[in-house]
Amino acid sequence: MSRIDVRKTYKLSIGGAFPRSESGRTYEVTDAKGAFWANASAASRKDARDAVVAARSAFKGWSTRTPYNRGQVLYRVAEVLEGRRAQFVDEVQRSEGATKRQAEATVDTAVDRLVWYAGWADKVAQVVGGTNPVAAPFFNFSVPEPTGVVAVSAPQGSSLLGLVSVVAPVITTGSTCVVASSVERPLPAITLAEVLATSDVPGGVVNVLTGTLRDTLPTLASHRDVNALDLTGTAGDAELAAELEELAADNLKRVRRGGGAEEDWTLDPGLDRLTWTLETKTVWHPIGR
Amino acid sequence: MVSFDYAPAPESTSIVDIKSSYGLFIDGEFTDPAAGGSFKTISPSTEEVLAEVAEADESDVDRAVKAARRAHTRVWSRLSGRERGKYLFRIARIIQERSRELAVLESIDNGKPIRESRDVDVPQVAANFFYYAGWADKLEYAVAGRAPASLGVAGQVIPWNFPLLMLAWKVAPALAAGNTVVLKPAETTPLTALLFAEICQQADLPPGVVNIVTGAGDTGRAVVAHPDVDKVAFTGSTEVGRSIARSVAGTDKKVTLELGGKAANIVLDDAPIDQAVEGIVNGIFFNQGHVCCAGSRLLVQESVADEVLERLKRRMSTLRVGDPLDKNTDVGAINSGEQLAKIRELAAVGESEGAAGWSPPCDLPAQGFWFPPTVFTGVTQAHRIAREEIFGPVLSVLTFRTPSEAVDKANNTPFGLSAGIWSDKGSRILWMADQLRAGVVWANTFNKFDPASPFGGYKESGYGREGGRHGLEGYLR
Repeated sequence: MSRIDVRKTYKLSIGGAFPRSESGRTYEVTDAKGAFWANASAASRKDARDAVVAARSAFKGWSTRTPYNRGQVLYRVAEVLEGRRAQFVDEVQRSEGATKRQAEATVDTAVDRLVWYAGWADKVAQVVGGTNPVAAPFFNFSVPEPTGVVAVSAPQGSSLLGLVSVVAPVITTGSTCVVASSVERPLPAITLAEVLATSDVPGGVVNVLTGTLRDTLPTLASHRDVNALDLTGTAGDAELAAELEELAADNLKRVRRGGGAEEDWTLDPGLDRLTWTLETKTVWHPIGR
Repeated sequence: MVSFDYAPAPESTSIVDIKSSYGLFIDGEFTDPAAGGSFKTISPSTEEVLAEVAEADESDVDRAVKAARRAHTRVWSRLSGRERGKYLFRIARIIQERSRELAVLESIDNGKPIRESRDVDVPQVAANFFYYAGWADKLEYAVAGRAPASLGVAGQVIPWNFPLLMLAWKVAPALAAGNTVVLKPAETTPLTALLFAEICQQADLPPGVVNIVTGAGDTGRAVVAHPDVDKVAFTGSTEVGRSIARSVAGTDKKVTLELGGKAANIVLDDAPIDQAVEGIVNGIFFNQGHVCCAGSRLLVQESVADEVLERLKRRMSTLRVGDPLDKNTDVGAINSGEQLAKIRELAAVGESEGAAGWSPPCDLPAQGFWFPPTVFTGVTQAHRIAREEIFGPVLSVLTFRTPSEAVDKANNTPFGLSAGIWSDKGSRILWMADQLRAGVVWANTFNKFDPASPFGGYKESGYGREGGRHGLEGYLR
């Protein structure tokens, strides 16, 4: 008799734990060919709020790590992801309907992207901060600091590479995040959360919610304890994006708009995604004896 | 006892020629508004009407935006950075040449002491144009890893507390980056912006590169909401900032917001007390406290609180309140009757919530809008005067026992614009500066500005930075 395979139960990732949705709801996820694959958790508004609490409590510890240490952790994520390459190739292939070769290239790029950001952790302050030559006897310098808790709507199409491309820059500089994953292709996101949980990323730094955007994003956009909102995953849904941006105005969240279409994640990302979650702090001190 | 009173030392106003009425500055010319509306601007220290100023409606704003668009497409974006920079250098020089005129007019229209407009505002205005002029041909060095380009037309709305300085903060980087602008000055302080329009004419700035539309809230909304504006830059209240953030939702407009603050000025037990007291006074009474980054919450360590307060009160007693055009004046007039009413309301709330207010004895002029320098003691974090921006010469004093407690109290606000630290210990200053969630931290000093230094807030104090290389980025694609 042939062996019955052990199927995976996909849950949410909040505060380093993997709970089911408190609502008890799930939704059916199919592979690119339309065949049943798994029941993913449908996160509720309460789950979203819990995730914000987890992200907020992780912020102090994560943002005060040395940039060197955050770089090490990011690199560790790349290592662990590389080690589970086969699993991700399989999940990306099934999620996105890609060929094996395309899926392999995608996973490789995702690993490389993490390595790229790992190297930025201890350099970004030198590139975007510095001393300011004021015309008076003061020592004046500007340093970039993480903005806080960032709500991220992950790309709908690119289930792994796109996800890594939006999450890694946020945490590289010390912010923490709550991620609403791709609705149709949520499973690589949960598997990535497992990688993060075993890569020295402290619990709560990345929290992953699966489910419909309408259930989670309005809660995150209007949440008073969320500092920034990345609308990448709403690309193409201008109405939803505008609604969320309006909600975000309540506490003057920093908003990154989604645009008309999903971007090409294979391109060089540049500094933009790294710097939009940074605040500039300028310190003045008199010079004298 | 012999008293040595200061003799009055009024600044002559003969250098300024205020016209009886002003039009809108669109496409290089002063023009009448389509609907013909106008409003009066008055001197806050005498309540005398200074001039009638045109009120721009939507069609006027549209005309200004069209002029700015044309100027951007046909002229300004095609000029080399070097040539753009030369125009800005010219403007900086004309501002220096006409500095006394600008300072006197600013004090007349705004009510701020001539000492500040002459020694702080106008020199900073010239310095901002000079600083950004030099960036115009160096943009590719300003942004790491990308090729910069201008955004297009910038719609800019500025407040009444530093009318000319806020204009410079907005216009100089916008033009240096290759944008053209439509600027709306505040309705109570439009005169120096209109004088700046003349300066643009003297500099032969191409028509349409700078357009100035005067008016109140509706005019500002029309500027912000205009569909052909690519960039919105606003300095003002958090409440208006929120509504701007809502109104640009779903558009492609880039936004910079410089909003309110409730800065903590923290005095530790090892602080140089006399310097700290000077900094506290400068932090809250500079420009009548009409400063978004004013040090309006004094957090003083319990062990030195009595001493600090005693010396603070003594120092406050020497502040001279009165005629803004008197060179001896420290505290001038409140900018408007409306603002005075707001300050009075919040001061009354402070009393009713149990805090104790104190002001030095001072004779306030019978005419005009005045509020004496005031300090509230016995304030807790729950008091409205410790939470809300008063935007006037009113200081709330709280105490703390440990530096950590000071940090917690300082950060316990939705704002995050600025903060002050007073201590003789470098390691403690750097530790605390690191903990404070604020865009500008002044250590052993307060309210210092420089064109090369980025300025802007965390949290609900807005987003984006002005000043320095960072300020330029907000105007580049």
